[in-house]
Amino acid sequence: MNKIVKDVNEALVGIKDGVTIMLGGFGLCGIPENSIQKLVDMGIKDLTCISNNAGVDDFGLGLLLQKKQIKKMISSYVGENDEFERQMLSGELEVDLIPQGSLAERCRAGGAGIPAFYTPAGFGTEVAEGKEVKIFNGKPHILESALEADFAIVKAWKADTAGNLIYKATARNFNPMMAMAGKITIAEVEEIVPAGELDPNFIHTPGIFVQRVFKGERFEKRIEQRTTRPKS
Amino acid sequence: MALDKIGIAKRIAQELQDGWYVNLGIGIPTLVANYIPEGIEVEFQSENGLLGMGPFPIEGEEDADLINAGKQTVTVMDGGVIFDSATSFAMIRGQHVQLTVLGAMEVAQNGDIANWKIPGKMVKGMGGAMDLVASAQNIIVAMMHTNKKGESKLLKECTLPLTGVGCVTRVVTNLAVIKIEEGKFHLVERAPGVSVQEIIDATEGELVVPDNVPEMVL
Repeated sequence: MNKIVKDVNEALVGIKDGVTIMLGGFGLCGIPENSIQKLVDMGIKDLTCISNNAGVDDFGLGLLLQKKQIKKMISSYVGENDEFERQMLSGELEVDLIPQGSLAERCRAGGAGIPAFYTPAGFGTEVAEGKEVKIFNGKPHILESALEADFAIVKAWKADTAGNLIYKATARNFNPMMAMAGKITIAEVEEIVPAGELDPNFIHTPGIFVQRVFKGERFEKRIEQRTTRPKS
Repeated sequence: MALDKIGIAKRIAQELQDGWYVNLGIGIPTLVANYIPEGIEVEFQSENGLLGMGPFPIEGEEDADLINAGKQTVTVMDGGVIFDSATSFAMIRGQHVQLTVLGAMEVAQNGDIANWKIPGKMVKGMGGAMDLVASAQNIIVAMMHTNKKGESKLLKECTLPLTGVGCVTRVVTNLAVIKIEEGKFHLVERAPGVSVQEIIDATEGELVVPDNVPEMVL
């Protein structure tokens, strides 16, 4: 089955005001940057975005925040974005902060047909407020529900025409779980190869989870913290 | 003299044991990787999906696709492995990681920790900290003993929103090594040249002080 679409315009067809979108990435690593720029250009509003982070002020999801296109963010860590903090503290932006492991598992569960699960993370904190508590092996756990989204937009390194995906290094992060949890999953990739060229033993996301694949026009791949050691 | 951040990292490094998988948080904990005692082998886990994390890359070899949980460019050691975030937290929740080292704003004498939010002022989010502290068997907190205003960060009860309850087992500060047992702080070691009285004065929570408090050997 051929999953390839022509470009970002075709890939994002059907995304309209008020939808829920999952976006892969950790910090600025492995984010679908071409799609984010396109969402900015399309001027779509009232988005609920599920993403581990919120970008920085002038890159990643920060671009959508600057234009006030996001109504609600579901994230685990937003420390690098001043505009986010400002909108959150002023009440303009609705924010659901959840533990990173719970976020990952809630996406995975959403894609895997598991409606909820118990986890020890967050017990005794404000994350647990209003959630069912149950003791397993003498230890309290809280009930967390699955997350699903109208669209999931992921960033992969390589795709084949069947929509099978391979990620590069730690740009994998949340992308595989989000790919599973989107009603329509869009993969923005650096390279597309014919079906049969990727070794089936080394595919990270099977094409069954992916509806549309396009090759990104340009990847800036901005580095948030460039840390090095001298050559010597 | 009180320790600096490097001193704290060096002291925590002495807690590492051969064969351990270790998760280091952002800030002082990251420095621990530079002082692994000779003759032992540990592997560092970074919760964004990397086990066997190596040092920073040589200048010019940075890869935007290869970062740690602090969003810093890093490398992978031989034998290292990349995985997704769900697998990463399976390692953490499933107690496959033997030691977690993280920073804190406050620690209470019952082992509660607060490090993710100051209501109305600072909202960064908990990241992976809640998952880490809820599951790790060994949790060492690396922090300064007092805040910028000189107030103790080792308290009877935390005042800030909690990250986890009753989970911290050890605290290494610029003044002391303190263990938490049976709802109390216990003084284990003092920083070189720091008196027991200085530590008592800087600790708001209940501190049990044994007759002999050895000085750290760094």
